[in-house]
Amino acid sequence: MLLQVKNLTHIYMPGSPYEHRALYNVNLEVHQGDFLGLIGRTGSGKTTLVQHLNGLLKPTQGTVLFKDRDLYGEQKVDWREIRQKIGLVFQYPEEQLFGETVFEDVAFGPRKLGLGEEMVQLRVKKALEMVNLDYNNFKGRSPFNLSRGEMRRVAMAGVLSMEPEILVMDEPSSGLDPRGRKMLLEQVKQFHRQSGITVIFVSHNMEEVALLANRLAVMEGGQIVLEGSPREVFTEAEKLISIGLGIPQVTRLMLELKNKGKQVKADIFSVEEARREIIKLFEEKQGDRS
Amino acid sequence: MMKDITMGQYYPEKSILHDLDPRMKIVLLFFYMILIFFVKTFYGFLFIAIITYLMIKGSHLPVRLFLKSLRPVLVIISFTLFLHAFFTKGGEVLLALGPVTVESAGLVTGLFMTLRLMILVITTSLLTLTTSPIALTDGIEYLLSPLKKVGVPAHELAMMMTISLRFIPILILESDKIMKAQLARGADFNRGNVVERARNMVPLIVPLFVSAFRRADELATAMEARGYRGGEGRTRLNILRLSPRDFHALTFVALVFVLVLATGL
Ligand SMILES: Nc1ncnc2c1ncn2[C@@H]1O[C@H](COP(=O)(O)OP(=O)(O)OP(=O)(O)O)[C@@H](O)[C@H]1O
Ligand SMILES: [Mg+2]
Repeated sequence: MLLQVKNLTHIYMPGSPYEHRALYNVNLEVHQGDFLGLIGRTGSGKTTLVQHLNGLLKPTQGTVLFKDRDLYGEQKVDWREIRQKIGLVFQYPEEQLFGETVFEDVAFGPRKLGLGEEMVQLRVKKALEMVNLDYNNFKGRSPFNLSRGEMRRVAMAGVLSMEPEILVMDEPSSGLDPRGRKMLLEQVKQFHRQSGITVIFVSHNMEEVALLANRLAVMEGGQIVLEGSPREVFTEAEKLISIGLGIPQVTRLMLELKNKGKQVKADIFSVEEARREIIKLFEEKQGDRS
Repeated sequence: MMKDITMGQYYPEKSILHDLDPRMKIVLLFFYMILIFFVKTFYGFLFIAIITYLMIKGSHLPVRLFLKSLRPVLVIISFTLFLHAFFTKGGEVLLALGPVTVESAGLVTGLFMTLRLMILVITTSLLTLTTSPIALTDGIEYLLSPLKKVGVPAHELAMMMTISLRFIPILILESDKIMKAQLARGADFNRGNVVERARNMVPLIVPLFVSAFRRADELATAMEARGYRGGEGRTRLNILRLSPRDFHALTFVALVFVLVLATGL
């Protein structure tokens, strides 16, 4: 087990009139190489949960185990080490850029790790390539003169350059246009495949996580209400719709076809798969006739 | 990380003090402060302390909030006591260390001064804790508006105050967020010597400034888009009106005032 969240409860500003229980008794397991999609509506506690994974928030109750090490137990934890191993890309990460150049900004993490200048350069180059930004073109530019999508990729490179074992991304695609969103998803998919890094991908969009994740956890009101493979989770379509999340449109289409008595698979998340399935259906029909 | 700032933070609750007209609260606070400087005896301070305690009770807020508001001024208070104790002379010599003496008059003046400062801070927090920033600046604007005739931009001052007060919690949340984001990237804010620490702040300060300027810019545009052109001819949604309870409060403070002056406490 790589990462294990155990009975985690978090209360913001306890004892004040603004007291708010954002997480309640959350349990979650993440395995090596997983691509976990963490989905939930706005305010469901996703950000609060992921900030417990690297000590940015302390639990009110419960704990987190990383490789069987208790992060909030008796023993003192070197948070800098944990934060290097569990890289967290914040929601709207482009708002945290500060470097004079893209290079300086991405190099911040590796420098803090105490790496030599040559190694730093190598890491920066690799990280920028991972997010599909041309090193020579971008390294000297000011991060403040980039497009929002580019800024976001620079910020992601800033975390990737620390070479984490787990990459946690908090709504990396929110606020991007459909094309930027698609490109980003492609990249994430690509480097997950290539490097085998474990990914936790936070989102409130079912369509995008369905395509990427091998496991889904659905949050609502500070709790995990559904968990399993996308297949398993999407069979609970009604529950998902009742908490305002819904299921991917193609999956919905296939489900309805199935409910109408057609012989199709319902656990389909991409248009391509759906197309094949429907063509197959027509072919079978024609076969029956002749 | 920075949630412990009580001074100047509104604490919503249902109480008479919360319901008072902000103008009345400001004026009464002003007179109460003057009164504190008239008090010259131990019994007087005892009386004022009881009155202040009653007012705290009347606000329905936990006492610890007020104690917490004292923390930032603790240094000044102890410094005042220290200065008076050693440098104000008169009365009996209580302690002598060579040429340095602590005399009774000094100790008494010092103690009185500390008590005054403490009550001052507590009553000020009583105002800011029970009054929302918006109501507070509204009140200030009303009270300053006679000065418009001599060219004091009362509305603009009040608007600036409202906006700054509104932005404080936003900026605190924002810096908290940026700090966390940089911590996640391996930053360390509590390590190294002074120069290193200052350098470590760069990843926090730069994004904070960028976002503050962006916010200010957006706010200006949004205000203009809604037709804001300063205070000239501007009407209000909530007009402040004095109610009977405001006069009860006025009577209460007036009574305390007269009692202190008349009995020479
Ligand atoms: N610093 C804070 N102080 C008090 N309450 C907070 C704080 N941060 C978040 N909350 C509350 O906790 C709840 C969960 O917030 P969280 O940010 O984890 O939601 P989220 O699922 O990430 O939402 P989003 O999709 O909008 O990012 C919300 O109701 C929010 O109002
Ligand atoms: Mg969030």
